[in-house]
Amino acid sequence: MEIWFSELHTPDVKLSIRVDKHIHSEESEFQRIDVFDSPEFGRFLTLDGYMMLTEKDEFIYHEMITHVAMASKPDVKKVLVIGAGDGGTLRELTRYPGIWHIDVAEIDERVVSVCKEYLEQTACGFYDNRVHMHFTDGLKYVRGKENFYDLIIVDSTDPFGPGEGLFTVEFYGNCENALADGGILINQHESPYYENDARACTRAHKRIKSVFENAFVYQAHIPTYPSGHWLFGFAGKGNITPFDFDKKAWESLGIKTRYYNTDIHTGAFALPTYVRELLET
Amino acid sequence: MNRQDNTPLAAALKRYREARIVPFDVPGHKHGKGNPELTAFLGQMVMDVDVNSMKPLDNLIHPVSVIKEAEELAAEAFGAKYCFFCVGGTTSAVQSMILSAVKTGEEIIMPRNVHRSAINSLILSGAKPVYVNPGVDDELGIPLGMDFSDIEAAINSHPTAKAVLVNNPTYYGICSDLRAIVKLAHERGMLVLADEAHGTQFYFNENLPVSAMEAGADMAAVSLHKSGGSLTQSSLLLAGENVNAGYLNAVINLTQTTSASYLLMSSLDISRRRLALFGKGISDTIIKTADYARDEIKKIGGYRAFTSKLKKKAGVYDFDSTKLSVNTLDIGLAGIEVYDKLRDEYDIQIEFGDIANFLCYISDGDRSRDIERLISALADIKRRHGKPERVRTLLKSEYIAPEAAMTPQSAFYAETTTLPIAETAGRISGEFVMCYPPGIPILAPGERITKEIIDYISYAKEKGSSLTGTQDMEVRLINVVA
Repeated sequence: MEIWFSELHTPDVKLSIRVDKHIHSEESEFQRIDVFDSPEFGRFLTLDGYMMLTEKDEFIYHEMITHVAMASKPDVKKVLVIGAGDGGTLRELTRYPGIWHIDVAEIDERVVSVCKEYLEQTACGFYDNRVHMHFTDGLKYVRGKENFYDLIIVDSTDPFGPGEGLFTVEFYGNCENALADGGILINQHESPYYENDARACTRAHKRIKSVFENAFVYQAHIPTYPSGHWLFGFAGKGNITPFDFDKKAWESLGIKTRYYNTDIHTGAFALPTYVRELLET
Repeated sequence: MNRQDNTPLAAALKRYREARIVPFDVPGHKHGKGNPELTAFLGQMVMDVDVNSMKPLDNLIHPVSVIKEAEELAAEAFGAKYCFFCVGGTTSAVQSMILSAVKTGEEIIMPRNVHRSAINSLILSGAKPVYVNPGVDDELGIPLGMDFSDIEAAINSHPTAKAVLVNNPTYYGICSDLRAIVKLAHERGMLVLADEAHGTQFYFNENLPVSAMEAGADMAAVSLHKSGGSLTQSSLLLAGENVNAGYLNAVINLTQTTSASYLLMSSLDISRRRLALFGKGISDTIIKTADYARDEIKKIGGYRAFTSKLKKKAGVYDFDSTKLSVNTLDIGLAGIEVYDKLRDEYDIQIEFGDIANFLCYISDGDRSRDIERLISALADIKRRHGKPERVRTLLKSEYIAPEAAMTPQSAFYAETTTLPIAETAGRISGEFVMCYPPGIPILAPGERITKEIIDYISYAKEKGSSLTGTQDMEVRLINVVA
């Protein structure tokens, strides 16, 4: 017997993962939620058929969406995470004792429940008492905040689906308003490789740059995402940049990581020429 | 089974497709095979049902089978005696309604802020307009409805008028007292015609203003394609029992195409079914969405969304709460500036913007995430572009009762000459001069230009109103009757 999960990365390219068991499937108010077990990637979560995370490679995404900002701005106290239904970003954030408060705006409560039941590896992040869950539209949540957060992480799905409002000028503008001076916005920035993703990527960057003066892009290698080459955005309100950071200070925290390190931090901002050109168009 | 569950015209098209008829008739694209590029663009389904009239599909000019049944079902759904499918937009429905009601030299009472299609139909028919001042809210810069006492005065002073035309509602959602107007007009032997281009939902929800047919009006032009879900350019003309349906059909056929589109007609059929079966739920959803948006916009501050509180004003008998109209003066931006920013910077297209307001069209096709985008964009625009220090006062609008020297028809066809506006006192205008805000014509073809009007035009320009209508884009020159 062979069962394969397949995701089309373009109409002409797909990634298939052999499935051992289909653990869970449901249709929530917002999307279809599935959990599978696989021999190669362990347990994995998909939303509307799109890969969200696998047990085997989620550490890359979650470390890179969190530690680059935290090393650049060690005094982060108040964090807003938008999306984050699997808890992985929270798991990484809660390793910093200096953070006081984490708000989470996740639109789909069912994703959180499913992850708590089947994906302990990331859902452990939900149980820290600094974490405050708000089940609401991220765009709506951030609209009500002003000059408050030191860090906003947009851990969203793709720009075609429930997360599409999180790739808009109005969202970035309201995030800028919600950040305190010197605050950072990190967003997952899609892949530069396939044409459709690349267009989304260019558009997101252009929109962020229309709102934030300091907007940078960095990359990571995530095997189960389309093309495996993934980008993140780093936007600063005020003078903050990711380049001039205190390596020793971060290392002295003793946070053990598997992908992130202070050399990767610097190197991740060195982009291939075609990506640079894409972002400049 | 509920009769309204049927879609006779759409079902006939489906049967036609399944019968795999070999076409040796028009259209020449032959189910798309003769134009693969167009088929690739629009899709095979569209091409399959873009067909010509034939026995099994009936004929809009003289309907006897499936189109007739579809029109009868629509009449029933809208509480009308008769219904005619129109494929030339609501413009054609309004024109047919007016052409059938008033002939050359006869009078029709109408608000000054009627849609252009109504005045154009006077050019076609040769009828004389009797205008009623719609009243203007100077704070919001919008025209209101007609006050009943003004209608009464017009009816008393023009007792031989044949018809009264009413906007139900206006673009901004404002309604006049239609029941009272119908009662008085009928007592005096006049027909009541309603322009319901923006009133489809009134037929399906008792919490909305009264519909024309419910109020007893004789004819109504309903843009099913605006808020009823059908394809652009498809519309309904409804008629009550006082109307001679055969004559009305003959009038419609004067200007309507002999090759009516089955795409448009089937969209009317399918949309009518949906409204008849689910209209209450659909309009409840729209009201809820619009109410939510109004509350959230209020929280942003600065913007003022119109609410049913408008009803306290004279000239506002009722307010259509499905309309999301917002005044922008307090954030120091013109409505049109917000409109442009939403499109250019936020990829959000709204219905329109004028100097003081903008309007978003809400339907049950709006997803909550789209509403959140709209509201967040408005918050962002206020924060990033608002100029609260810029205090803007709108013009104090003044209603100058027009003096009709000729009918619109004779002025339109007269020899004209072009003069600078300042030199035209005493002449007869051959053109329109529209002023936004408040969206009321200052001059229409056939009207005498006075010193007062010339002064008002220069005042309106000075106050930043947008003037349109003349062939001269700058509105410095105007065509007058030679």
